Amino acid sequence: MLRIRRVEEALAEKYAEQQMRCPMHLCIGQEAISVGVCATLTNQDVVFSNHRAHGHYLAKGGDLKRMIAELYGRSTGCCGGRGGSMHLVDLDVNFLGSTPIVGGTVPLAVGAAWAARLKGDDRLSVAFFGDGGVEEGVVHESMNFAALHRLPVLFVCENNNFSVYTPLKERQPNQPIYKMAEAHGLTSWHGDGNDVETVFNIARQATQAIHNQQGPQFIELSTYRWREHCGPNFDNELNYRTAEEITTGMAACPLAKSRKNILAAGTQSMDQLQQLENEIDREIAAAFEFALSSPIPTYTDAVGKVYAQ
Amino acid sequence: MRSETAARKLTYAQAIQEALRQAMEADPGVVVIGEGVPDPKAIFGTTAGLREQFGAQRVFDMPLSENGMTGVCIGAALCGIRPVMVHQRIDFALLAMDQLVNNAAKWHYMFNGLKSVPLVVRLIVGRGWGQGPQHSQSLQALFAHIPGLKVIGPATAYDAKGMLIAAIEDNNPVLFIEHRWLHNINDVVPVDSYRTSLDKARIVHAGNIVTIAAFSYMVMEALHVAQAFAKHGIAVEVIDLRSASPLDTDTVLSSVKKTGLLIVADTARASGGITAELITRIVEQGFDHLRKPPTRIALPDHPAPTSHFLANGYYPDAVNIFEEICRIADIKLGADARAQILHDIRRINPHDVPNLAFTGPF
Repeated sequence: MLRIRRVEEALAEKYAEQQMRCPMHLCIGQEAISVGVCATLTNQDVVFSNHRAHGHYLAKGGDLKRMIAELYGRSTGCCGGRGGSMHLVDLDVNFLGSTPIVGGTVPLAVGAAWAARLKGDDRLSVAFFGDGGVEEGVVHESMNFAALHRLPVLFVCENNNFSVYTPLKERQPNQPIYKMAEAHGLTSWHGDGNDVETVFNIARQATQAIHNQQGPQFIELSTYRWREHCGPNFDNELNYRTAEEITTGMAACPLAKSRKNILAAGTQSMDQLQQLENEIDREIAAAFEFALSSPIPTYTDAVGKVYAQ
Repeated sequence: MRSETAARKLTYAQAIQEALRQAMEADPGVVVIGEGVPDPKAIFGTTAGLREQFGAQRVFDMPLSENGMTGVCIGAALCGIRPVMVHQRIDFALLAMDQLVNNAAKWHYMFNGLKSVPLVVRLIVGRGWGQGPQHSQSLQALFAHIPGLKVIGPATAYDAKGMLIAAIEDNNPVLFIEHRWLHNINDVVPVDSYRTSLDKARIVHAGNIVTIAAFSYMVMEALHVAQAFAKHGIAVEVIDLRSASPLDTDTVLSSVKKTGLLIVADTARASGGITAELITRIVEQGFDHLRKPPTRIALPDHPAPTSHFLANGYYPDAVNIFEEICRIADIKLGADARAQILHDIRRINPHDVPNLAFTGPF
């Protein structure tokens, strides 16, 4: 979590330099979900994600250097500069891709699960999406098919209460999202997405149920997006949410909670945590250095690979 | 000497069924999915017997979720499966435009060639018997506009089999357009598996007076005319385009260099269609070879009406092609020759069915 947080903060800091010239959706405040879910996965399990993908990518083990290089549009980026922040991929860890059409990769995760079934592979798929995602018809189509064939897929809904600047109450009737999944015949779970242990415990039970042939599982996790929908800044001045709400949301910081628990349990000392943060910062600095010293592609690199051989 | 098996004839629909069967026998990763695939009608017979032979795991019906199921097929294709998806009408695929355009077409490009989407989507174009505005569109140009998709439309049973096998083995998303009026047309179809190129047009009737480049069912209308002219020593060149994307400009250009005249016939609307694209390319690349402006035979700018009374006149046919040839090539036929050709090409069936055996329902 700390690594994801520090990466996002570094990105936010450097974004103003105007060298990362692509839309960027930071996941500061939402780190516990990526970490808690991906901690229950093996390398061969596949993950699909959405526009706010940095946390999912890193938690699954995606290469940090290639991610930063992608944001700078360099040849060494995970998509060679063709994707940017909203299109991340790392096949080595079976992070099969993130895309920014809301709900767009959810059926792909179901399809990957279907392929696993057809091929007899013991691997599961995960689809990360938000509370806005469940308003897309394709997500319901995906849940229906997954439930019909009891496919090994985990749906993870990160409910941060906002679609861009529009609150959930203006988009959905007042009922829990996970109930919609239950109506589709999925086993559903819900909990505090800002508590990494809660997320981990739910995800562990859900993935275990999938491995036990109990069919697709749905997890709704509440969380809070600290910064603007797209971009590096806080956006309190826009007044689409109250100062009180922001204060409460940020007070539920998953890192603060985790840090408190770790120190209380004595598993790590304050010094050790600081040392960890220093190591992370050095790794991040090296990743930025890698990106900025990487070859710059030209337009000729953009014209091919429209069709596969 | 032609062997007995080599001369075997199949209908276009049977050729598709055989292509699916042979592709599934050759590769256990090939699955067939679509609304009605295993049902008693078996998509006009094109999927008949497949579930019995390959089982319910590989021959699938599906929920009425065109977009979601296209995404499911894309996800499976990314993980080693080769899905063949079927829509009984191309109009239904409009529900899947997001997955086709944003994911299938772009996955290979946007992830820098790391993965590809080997997916075939069979799309059947309806016509006649009152199918009306939402069951008889010809949308090849809509899909051909999207880089990353291949859009093909075989006109013969031979090509239907060869191109479907090639499409299934291709590593890209291929939209396979079948005109419903081609399903019952017979052709010699080899028994063994074979592949037909997805990017080459084919000269189906050689000639030197005028070039007619046609897509899908319009190849049949053009062929009737060419055959009728041939009896009078007039050689019309008919090119079966076979693919809307990529569009084989070279074959058409070579023909135009010979004839100097070009007519393009399509099953779709003229405006913004592949007729427009092809003529643009020929004008760009072969303007000096053209003796007259190229022309188009295609649908007018309104949707298909349902009533067969209203639809009588909507679809251009062999007579329109004949008249356009006479005009552009300045052919002055004697009254007898003209009457003979019109007799040969004039539709004897009711205008809203492909043949007298067709009695609906769709």
